[in-house]
Amino acid sequence: MSQTRGVNGSAMFGLIDPDGSVQNRLPVTVEEMKALYADMVEARTYDTKSMAMQRQGRLATYAPFQGQEGAQIGAAAALREGDWVAGTYRDAALNWRAGYPWELLILGRTGDERGGQVPAGVNVLPPSITVGGHMIHAVGLAWAEKLKGSDHIALTSFGDGATSEGDFHEAMNFAAVFNVPTVFFCQNNGYAISYPTSEQTRSETIAAKADAYGMPGLRVDGNDVVAVLVAVREAASMARRGEGPSLVEAVTYRMGPHTTADDPSRYRDTDEGLEWVEKDPLTRVRRLLEREKSWSDEWHDELEVTASERIEKAVEWAEAVPEPTFEEMLRRMYAEPTQGLLEQLREGGDA
Amino acid sequence: MPEVNLAQALNGALGTALGSDDRVVLLGEDIGRTGGVFRVTDGLQERHGPDRVFDTPVAESGIVGAAFGMAVAGLRPVAELQFLGFSYPAYDQIINHVARIRNRTNHRFTAPMVIRIPYGGGIGAAEHHSESTEAIYAHIPGIKVVVPSTPRDARGLMLAAIEDPDPVVFLEPIRLYRAVKEEIPEIYYTVEIGPVRVERPGEDVTLISWGAMMKETRAAATELARDGVSVEVIDVRTLAPLDRVGITGSVAKTGRAVIVHEAPLTGGLGGEIAATISERCLYALHAPVQRVAGWDTIFPLKRSEAHYLPSVDRIVTAAHRTLEV
Repeated sequence: MSQTRGVNGSAMFGLIDPDGSVQNRLPVTVEEMKALYADMVEARTYDTKSMAMQRQGRLATYAPFQGQEGAQIGAAAALREGDWVAGTYRDAALNWRAGYPWELLILGRTGDERGGQVPAGVNVLPPSITVGGHMIHAVGLAWAEKLKGSDHIALTSFGDGATSEGDFHEAMNFAAVFNVPTVFFCQNNGYAISYPTSEQTRSETIAAKADAYGMPGLRVDGNDVVAVLVAVREAASMARRGEGPSLVEAVTYRMGPHTTADDPSRYRDTDEGLEWVEKDPLTRVRRLLEREKSWSDEWHDELEVTASERIEKAVEWAEAVPEPTFEEMLRRMYAEPTQGLLEQLREGGDA
Repeated sequence: MPEVNLAQALNGALGTALGSDDRVVLLGEDIGRTGGVFRVTDGLQERHGPDRVFDTPVAESGIVGAAFGMAVAGLRPVAELQFLGFSYPAYDQIINHVARIRNRTNHRFTAPMVIRIPYGGGIGAAEHHSESTEAIYAHIPGIKVVVPSTPRDARGLMLAAIEDPDPVVFLEPIRLYRAVKEEIPEIYYTVEIGPVRVERPGEDVTLISWGAMMKETRAAATELARDGVSVEVIDVRTLAPLDRVGITGSVAKTGRAVIVHEAPLTGGLGGEIAATISERCLYALHAPVQRVAGWDTIFPLKRSEAHYLPSVDRIVTAAHRTLEV
C-alpha cells in the first residue's frame, strides 16, 4: 500500500495474482479469506439465479455483475455498520454485503418499490438507476455525518461511464472542498454498455482524475478481493480520521451483458472475455486456498448448497409478497397524502 | 411587532430555524460572506457559524445533490439556487432523486429539505434571471412548491417548509422582496402548506394569482372596486399540492374567475386551474374563465419587460370581460 500512495493511478495495486500466487504476506487470515470467498460464491449464485429468473419473466430487466464480485465484496467488507452506501443497479453484491437483504433486492427487481425499504440500521440507498446523479449524495451523506460528529463515512460506487457525467466533477469537487468522509469507488469494468473505457476518457487511468481534485487516487486490481478490501479500508480509514475523500479505481471486467436487454457480441470479442475468465475473482482465491492447503471440495460444495438455499429462500419470500395495492402507490408519495391524492384515491380505488 | 419586507421576513425565518433546530443548515453560492445575491441570508453565517451556513462552489446540481444526502442522513438543509433560470442543472437531482426517495424506499428514506429559488422578472436583470417556470416544478410528484407574496406568509411558509417531512421548492418573488412591508410576529409560527389564502373577500369575480403577480392583482382589485365591482382575491401560495377545493369554492360563489400569472400562457398553471374550475363548477360560471399570463415568448431583456409583464390594465379588462356576459 505504502509504495503506491500518492501515485494517483499510474501503478496498479494487487496482492493475489490470477494464478493464486502472492508476493507478500497477505493482511488477512485464511479464515477471513474463506469468508470473502464464501461471500463471492453467494453473490455469484444470486447473479446467476437473477439472470435465469429474468429469462423466465419473473424479474424486470437485470444488470448482472459477474466478474465484479471481488471488487464489490472487497469494498463492502471494508465498511462498518452505519456507513452509508450509494451505489448503482449493478451493485447488488456490494449492497448485500453492506446489509441490504437479498429478499429485498429481489423484490425490487420484480418491480416493487417496497424492495427499497431496507431494514432500520442499514444505511444503503436503493440502487441508482440514472447514471452519475448519486455520487453527490454520498457527499451530502458524509457531510451530514461529519457535522453530526459521528465517524461514519459514505461510499459511492459507480462505473467508468459515470466519470464522464458532470455530476462526477461536482461530487469530487464538493467532497474535496468540504473535506468530507466520502470514498469514491469506481468499478472500471471496461464498458459503459458498448462504449469502451479507452474512448470514455483520455485520462491515463480513472484514478488519475483524483489529482485534479486534490485527493488521493488509487488504482487497484478489482478482481483481487483482498487488494480491494485493503485499498477501500485505507480510503475509509483516512476518511474516518478526517483526512477527507479519496478515489479508488477497481479495474475489473463485466463478464456478462450490460443488462438482460444487451447483446455484447455487437461490440466485443469472445476472446477478450476468455482472458478475463483467467482473471476471475473467485478462481484466484480458490487457487490461493489450494496452494495454502485450505481448500476442500466438500467445503466448496457446502458453500454452494448453502448459497443456493439462501437465494432460493429469498426468491420464495419475494415472490410471496402480496401484490402492491393502488392505495399504497398513492400513499408513498408524501408523508401524508395531499388533498389531490386523496381525491384520486377515491376516484381510482377499488371501493 | 416590527415592520419588515419580504426579504427580511425570510431572513428572520431562516435565523429562527437555525436557532431552534440544530439539524438546519444552509448551503448555496455566496450565501455566507455576502449574505446571498439578494441578501436574504444576510448575517446568518456570522451569527450561526460557518458550520451551519455554507458558501459552496458554483454547482447547482452539486448543491441540491449534497443537500439531498444531508437530508437523507437526518439534517434539515435549506439550499439556495440564485435564480430560477439557473436551477435547471439541479432539475435532474430534484426530479430524479429528491422527489423520489420516499417512493423508491416506501418511506424508509426521506428528503426533508427546502430549495429556495428567487424567481420572476421586472427588475431589468440579465438574461436567464427573470424566469417564472414554476409549472415545471409543480408538475413533479413528490415535492411541494410554495410561493409567498407577503412577509407574514413568507415567514410562516418558510418555517413550515423547513418542518415539512417532504421536500419543498420555495420560490421567492424577486420583484416583491422589498416591495411589500407589514408588521409580522417575531414568534415561531407556521403557515400551512396547501391551503390558498383568501386575501380579499368579494362576491362578483375571483382573481386568482400567486407570488410576484399578486402586486398587480391587488392593484387591479382596488381599481375594480372603485368601479363598484366586488372582487375576491385568492393568493394560491402553494402551487403543489394545489388547493382545488379552496379555489373552486371561491369561484362557485362568484361565478367568475380570472387567473393571473407571469409565466407564459401555454402550459402554465393557469391551464390546470381553469381545467379544475370547468370540471368542478362549470354550471356555477356566469362567464368563461379568463387567463392573464405572460406571452409565449422568452422573458425579454430590460427594454421590453413592460411589453411582457401582465399589467393591471390587462387584469381589469379580463375581469370586465367576465362581468359583461
